[in-house]
Amino acid sequence: MLQTEQLTINIGPQHPSAHGGLHVEAVLDGEIVVDAIPHLGYVHRSVEKIAESRTYAHYVPYTARFDYLATHLSVMGYVQTVEKLAGIEIPERAEYIRVIMGELSRIASHQLCIGSMAIDIGATTGLLYCMRDRERIMDMFEMTSGQRLLAAYMRIGGIAEDLPEEFFPAVRSFLQDLPAMIKEYDGLLFGNEILQARLKGIGKLSAEDAIAYGVTGPNLRACGVDYDIRKAEPYSIYDRFDFQVPVGSNGDAWDRVVVRKEEIIQSARIIEQALEQMPEGEVRAKVPRVLKPEKGSEVYHRIESAKGELGYYIVSDGGEKPYRLHVRAPSFVNLMVLPLISKGGLIQDIIVNIATLDPVLGEADR
Amino acid sequence: MNTIQTVIDDIKNTWGEQVEMLEDKFFHMIKVPQQLLPELFNKLKQVHGFNHLANLTAVDYKDRFELVYHIYSIPDNRKLAVKADLDHDQPVAPSATSIWPTADWQERELFDLMGIRFDGHPNLKRILLPDEFEGHPLRKDFQVKG
Repeated sequence: MLQTEQLTINIGPQHPSAHGGLHVEAVLDGEIVVDAIPHLGYVHRSVEKIAESRTYAHYVPYTARFDYLATHLSVMGYVQTVEKLAGIEIPERAEYIRVIMGELSRIASHQLCIGSMAIDIGATTGLLYCMRDRERIMDMFEMTSGQRLLAAYMRIGGIAEDLPEEFFPAVRSFLQDLPAMIKEYDGLLFGNEILQARLKGIGKLSAEDAIAYGVTGPNLRACGVDYDIRKAEPYSIYDRFDFQVPVGSNGDAWDRVVVRKEEIIQSARIIEQALEQMPEGEVRAKVPRVLKPEKGSEVYHRIESAKGELGYYIVSDGGEKPYRLHVRAPSFVNLMVLPLISKGGLIQDIIVNIATLDPVLGEADR
Repeated sequence: MNTIQTVIDDIKNTWGEQVEMLEDKFFHMIKVPQQLLPELFNKLKQVHGFNHLANLTAVDYKDRFELVYHIYSIPDNRKLAVKADLDHDQPVAPSATSIWPTADWQERELFDLMGIRFDGHPNLKRILLPDEFEGHPLRKDFQVKG
């Protein structure tokens, strides 16, 4: 009789599809996955402790390094939380600029998710197409803030500086070309039979499990749950825009990427409307140089980031530094379902599941 | 579906004096003794449909730890914050993993960084720091400088 025993192999942390330092301990029975246990902490920088020794304004650049693939959304969550805590109103124009930069970040993040998913399963061209298009967004970030990846462009009370002249033609031509880009993704990737075979029915997650495990963002909507914080609990000025929330039905890897592709289109719609409605005026409110929120006040504020529900919890003791700051990172919570959706599948599907859950480890490990 | 006010009234009627109402600008906020948490959570989830435990964290107030749960319901979007005080020398709380599986890693994170033990947690190990690490960095008495 053939002797069989379980084999444990380590995927990551040094692995191209480990998305920046994720270590998965895969227990295998032949090719079948018995368990896939994520080990975190390789990018842990103890940012919550650091916050306790930085002033509120000093901490802004740190937040840019949580979700470095959608940096504006990460910062937006933080500055909005502080503004809520301290009761700061920001100028209209700043709100619009934040929305535009945030949605551009979402597009860039989703493009990278689709592209890296493609290369993870062997479709190199898919990555190149997505990177080529994402590059144009990175250029726009560079125009506005001088930084491509870790643009700490937002400030408590508004925006660092108004948008430069050259930003507007760049964003308009990007929006104009976007339908052609999506058409290319459709032709090259989503219409590809091999890609469909690799994604459809893989890593299925039910709506009940998704909610129970706290999965949020595109991963939750792929399961058929119509839940987007921009609609459910509108923050900033999201109640002024007309956009849809793309929802999947099967909760499999295919739905997870298709939902992201649809979200790119909706984000573009939001940017178009924001460009149209944006008023002239100031971009920064007058904020005291040293911010001291009321003693004992606290706030939990959440936004819909590219990965899901990004929440900041801040407690103030009346000083110039936060007494306690906690980040509810969507990537951290979403990764919890990796064992659940990988069990019983093939080892190659672990890679698909990691890629389509789209975690960013800077945020998961903090 | 019950409005948030009926939920609060129901909690008050069931546990009376044990529940303390806290003033907050953004949340309906209650504070309960930690022994009451499993019963309360069960009711919130089963009877009132609070199915999304968004955030679970704790604050070190030097003489006590304060656990904070931010709980939402999908899709009708009500929200509630629940707090509980823990002893500073022996911080132990009942685990919420059997009610909301999402509490699993969030409780492990608190165990790791804040040193709070959760009774009934299936796998209470460090999650972000190495297993051999000593101390809990998010405690206020943690030595930051060498």
